[in-house]
Amino acid sequence: MTAPAPPIAARRHPVRLPLAWILGAGAFTLAAGTVAVLFGPASIPAGQVLRALLDQLPGVNVDHGLHGPLAAVVTEVRLPRVVLAGIVGAVLATAGGAYQATFGNPLGDPYLLGVAAGAGLGVTLVLTGYIAASGGLAATAAAFVGAGAAVVVVYALGRDGDEARPTASLILAGIAVAALCSAVQAFLLQRDDQAVREVYSWLLGRFNVAGWRQVRLVAPFAAVSIGVTVAAGRRLDVLTLGDDEASALGVDPRRTRRLVIGAATLGTAAAVAVSGLIGFVGIIVPHAVRLLAGPSYRRILVLSAFGGAGFLCLADLAARSVLAPAEIPIGVVTAFVGAPMFLVIMRTRSARR
Amino acid sequence: MNPETTPPTPLVSRRRPPRARSQARHGRRRFAVAALAITLLAGCASNATASTTTPAAPTSSPSSSTSTSTPAAPTTTAAPTTSAPAAFPVTVTGANGRVTIAARPQRIVSLSASLTEMLYAAGAGEQVVAVDKYSNYPAGTPLTDLSGFKPNVESIAALTPDLVVVSGDRDGVVAALDAVGITTLVLPSAKSVDDALDQLATIGAATGHADAATAAAASIRTRLATIADRAPERRAPLPYYLELADDGRTVTSATFIGNVLALAGLASIADTAGAAAGGYPQLSSEAVLAADPAVIFLAYSNGKNPSAADLAARPGWNELQAVRNGNVVVLDPDVASRWGPRLVDLLTAAVDGTATIT
Repeated sequence: MTAPAPPIAARRHPVRLPLAWILGAGAFTLAAGTVAVLFGPASIPAGQVLRALLDQLPGVNVDHGLHGPLAAVVTEVRLPRVVLAGIVGAVLATAGGAYQATFGNPLGDPYLLGVAAGAGLGVTLVLTGYIAASGGLAATAAAFVGAGAAVVVVYALGRDGDEARPTASLILAGIAVAALCSAVQAFLLQRDDQAVREVYSWLLGRFNVAGWRQVRLVAPFAAVSIGVTVAAGRRLDVLTLGDDEASALGVDPRRTRRLVIGAATLGTAAAVAVSGLIGFVGIIVPHAVRLLAGPSYRRILVLSAFGGAGFLCLADLAARSVLAPAEIPIGVVTAFVGAPMFLVIMRTRSARR
Repeated sequence: MNPETTPPTPLVSRRRPPRARSQARHGRRRFAVAALAITLLAGCASNATASTTTPAAPTSSPSSSTSTSTPAAPTTTAAPTTSAPAAFPVTVTGANGRVTIAARPQRIVSLSASLTEMLYAAGAGEQVVAVDKYSNYPAGTPLTDLSGFKPNVESIAALTPDLVVVSGDRDGVVAALDAVGITTLVLPSAKSVDDALDQLATIGAATGHADAATAAAASIRTRLATIADRAPERRAPLPYYLELADDGRTVTSATFIGNVLALAGLASIADTAGAAAGGYPQLSSEAVLAADPAVIFLAYSNGKNPSAADLAARPGWNELQAVRNGNVVVLDPDVASRWGPRLVDLLTAAVDGTATIT
């Protein structure tokens, strides 16, 4: 962070979020999603893709000319994948922004409180057979439970930290629990070399087997998570003044933090469960938005949802196009594309100051 | 886990400068024996006990009990009498360079399932005292908890092998075993059928079964040709999709298994991905639908192959010709992932599974 931002809530009126900005961000997301649907390893002409999409609208019947295995590609394979990427991107970006706000730490990340390590351990337990579970969703359920359990433990252990640094003990508990989970996971994988690849592939993120089923699973959690964090935007702005000032202004810091952490974690756990660990989105998108739109969390959280969705759609497009028909793990792409992109934004903004 | 791992003895951990090596070796080996004795006395590991009992078993049980005091004479079936005794010391070439084997190995440890199968195919099965946990073929291998991926040098050394075969020099295992005076031969995963058969010959030479191994390799080559001839004439190779895991992990024709399937007149739909994607790329569902393979092979390493109904339930997959026509072939994952003598079985499964597709 270059220059210290003026305390936002010190202003009499809270920062507004201009409608035009929302529309602009929405247009970006929509454009990214459309481009992502138009391209894929099955090279179907754009016109046919659009007709196939139109054909899905109720009351519309268009001949899209796609037959056999390709008939389902647009609506049953590509579209759910793009939608899922959008939802996961939105969840991770808002959750990241929410963590950065509640912890007052620019390195806040959706995986800060052990979500990743807990999900990884859950998946490992199932894939190595220590938890007897079968069926297509066993690993997904295990990831969700593991992620949730890890954060509950972290919260229980770390919430009664010292008053002066209310979030430090949470972060430390998160680090400790994550280390413990990773150690157990490494031990289990050491015992079962054959599961390593499966677990690894799972952890690196997976949109290539996404379908509407995953979308239906994650959507309710995503709605709650994004809704709650975005609604708490103003209170989070107040919280940046410090706990005492926030209390004086009528915002309960502990309650706000608990609510926001809970919502962000719920969304992250669901996102991880359906798509694996996708790094970088949660940390970079809110910062990019902050550089473009200023330090108010009212703005950051809403715009991050759009930005994260669009960014992950494009990253996934790259993941399945660059080496087509082979895939690149999505987590690799987000970091590879996201890091330079963020540096460009950071450099141009600071040059303009 | 091995209980011996916990206290790191100087046996493994201390590295001496290369000059001092030869003098130190003697004392060190004595130390290794002492360390083994101590572990045995302590009665501390099931592993250690296993290691003392197993060597007796193979010499007595499988073949006739005639060879009571048999150092070199190969009483094994396939080996012609001319082969064994004269040869040693022999020098063979592995991935770790030229390896000289002073005398006919009597206590072989294999840390690779493929190499274990080759050892037995060459007729060296009786000399094998321990194999890693995946070496489940042929039946009756002296299975242990050893791992070739995370080799525990001390556990290996405790078995006092005179030859260790392994598919990769992981964690510096070759140097560590060399430090305690144990010869290691590294034969990495084969890239082609020729590679695999060369390795079989190398294994034979290294264990005193050169002629038997060469004969076995030649027989495999003949059988491969015979089986490949059974495949129907096709204008172009038949496109296949081989699924290794539910994340779309597959193989290209450039891999060993792809090489074998190519003999059956098949070509992977992942071949268009190019070399940058590697030999085992991950395909998206869309890519499989777009390619519409003629046959789908399933070789899940965890054994949890999806059923035909599972495949048909994937979005759009019920329209794939392979699914519609029931051309879904389940391969034994062990056979499909090893480069041993059973590559004949792999080719047989591929040819027979696609015989009716034109």
